[in-house]
Amino acid sequence: MTAAPDHRPTFADVSLGERLGKAMPFLLIPILVVLGFFAIGAPSSWLTLTVSGLAMGMMIFIMASGLTLVFGLMDVINFGHGAFVSVGAFIGISVLIALGDWTGATSLLLNMSAVFLAVAAAMTVTGALGWVFERVIVKPVYGAHLKQILVTVGGLIVIEQLIHVIWGPDEIFINRPEMLKGAITFAGAAMEKYRLLAVGIGAVLFIAMRMILRRTKIGLIVRAGVENGPMVEALGYRLRVVFIGVFVAGSALAGLGGVMWGLYQEVITAGMGERMMVLVFIVAIIGGLGSVEGAFIGALLVGLLQNYVAFLEPKLALVSNIALMTAILMWRPQGMLPVVKAK
Amino acid sequence: MSDPILTLKAVHTDIAQYHILQGVDFEVPRGEVTMLLGRNGVGKTTTLKTIMGQWTAKSGEILYDGQDLKRLPVSARARAGIGFVPEDMGIFSDLTVEENMVLGATSGPLDPQRKEWLLAAFPALGTFWNSEAGNLSGGQKQMLSIARAMAEDRELYLIDEPTKGLAPAIIATMANALRELKAQGRSILLVEQNFLVAKALGDSAVVMDDGRVIWTGAMAELASNKDLQENLMGLSMEAH
Repeated sequence: MTAAPDHRPTFADVSLGERLGKAMPFLLIPILVVLGFFAIGAPSSWLTLTVSGLAMGMMIFIMASGLTLVFGLMDVINFGHGAFVSVGAFIGISVLIALGDWTGATSLLLNMSAVFLAVAAAMTVTGALGWVFERVIVKPVYGAHLKQILVTVGGLIVIEQLIHVIWGPDEIFINRPEMLKGAITFAGAAMEKYRLLAVGIGAVLFIAMRMILRRTKIGLIVRAGVENGPMVEALGYRLRVVFIGVFVAGSALAGLGGVMWGLYQEVITAGMGERMMVLVFIVAIIGGLGSVEGAFIGALLVGLLQNYVAFLEPKLALVSNIALMTAILMWRPQGMLPVVKAK
Repeated sequence: MSDPILTLKAVHTDIAQYHILQGVDFEVPRGEVTMLLGRNGVGKTTTLKTIMGQWTAKSGEILYDGQDLKRLPVSARARAGIGFVPEDMGIFSDLTVEENMVLGATSGPLDPQRKEWLLAAFPALGTFWNSEAGNLSGGQKQMLSIARAMAEDRELYLIDEPTKGLAPAIIATMANALRELKAQGRSILLVEQNFLVAKALGDSAVVMDDGRVIWTGAMAELASNKDLQENLMGLSMEAH
């Protein structure tokens, strides 16, 4: 084959300002942490609040990552996502209660085994529930946003009522496994063991998701599908099958988030997922719909800001996240890391 | 004429309230380049998208290798051996050139020999292999779109205006690439406005007007008859 004329590009020097502009969403987290340090003043309090904010952010990210991918891939707005959070929490906590001997033992191995089994059960059930939800509730309303909102809210209500039927109407209080109780002290700051675990799990999950999305073919298909689904299908990939897989994985992650949130709050209710959806949607919107990295940054910003503001000015804590969303959307109306939509 | 790899029989397609294809009939002979010609807005792109399944045919038959495609989803048509290069190129801007090419190889990893062959044909893709495809120039994106469709061996290629707005040197490269595909026995249905390219590549031609096929025959016959060109398309193709 005759070759096209070779091309020797001259790469332009990109100014520091331009480079910073592109990376700015990633820089917001250290900027907020530094601002928090100066605003709070006491280093030990700041460290405690930072760990708490990161833990909260990681848990919100776990719940939001599936939602943002589901929207990016198939334009599906799933208000029922909160139901998976609640169901995950109830399944997981039921397993932990059943394994009371393990959670009550002063053995890290037994404690973590119980948590692992609880998480596995929660993710399996919510993943399966997600599959049924997609087939029965979401599938008939592809492409119709208003109907999606109505039927997924309906699905959420039905599932919440089923939780009441199965587990009763009362909230359930939880004891964390023995080895996850209490705090460790570092540099004069008390950091709850469980929050450190949540930060670790969230960070590992984010890295794993990023690796899957960046380094595997299925990840490539998902990223390409978010940008231009019809072209992915025209190349021969069954995007619907991929979407169902993402929906199931997103539902399972919401279930994991539910278990972690339940252990974090030490109480679970049927409506906990519904209440979390406000934060989850804020995170998905400010991150840029369809963007996992955006959801990660957004979740950490939400978690950190809420903790700092609750310490500095408790009355403002409730509005801090709405104010954050407003500020970010005024700066970047499509969210921090918007995914290009060609459909 | 060899046996057709693709046959359209009385295909009708509506887009919203518009009746775009109004009974399209033609054949694409196996191993040949068939030019799909006509003025702007006569239904050429809709025809390709209907064959690919991106628009649904309201009625008629689309036979690919004897198999009716109408009931198959888009992805199944691609897996059956149809490669598609849309008019808007369909590049994944957020993905690198490499990632776009990897996605082109649907059934497995990108074959190293095929990659070498394609990079020899389109060296610019090698230069920008790890760059985001969204940063490429228009010509480079068009090269990527065609190379991606060729990343896997397909029996039939549907290509929509690959030379639109490109420099002559790049057009020559495109033409050579398509000639090589033909030499390998592959069939091509090509929408093209560039007369020189159409004349150089086409074995047969299908001319459309108002959502119907108004003429089919040898490309050489159409290219040599200015009266026929003016009669079918309103002007001589030399004037393009």
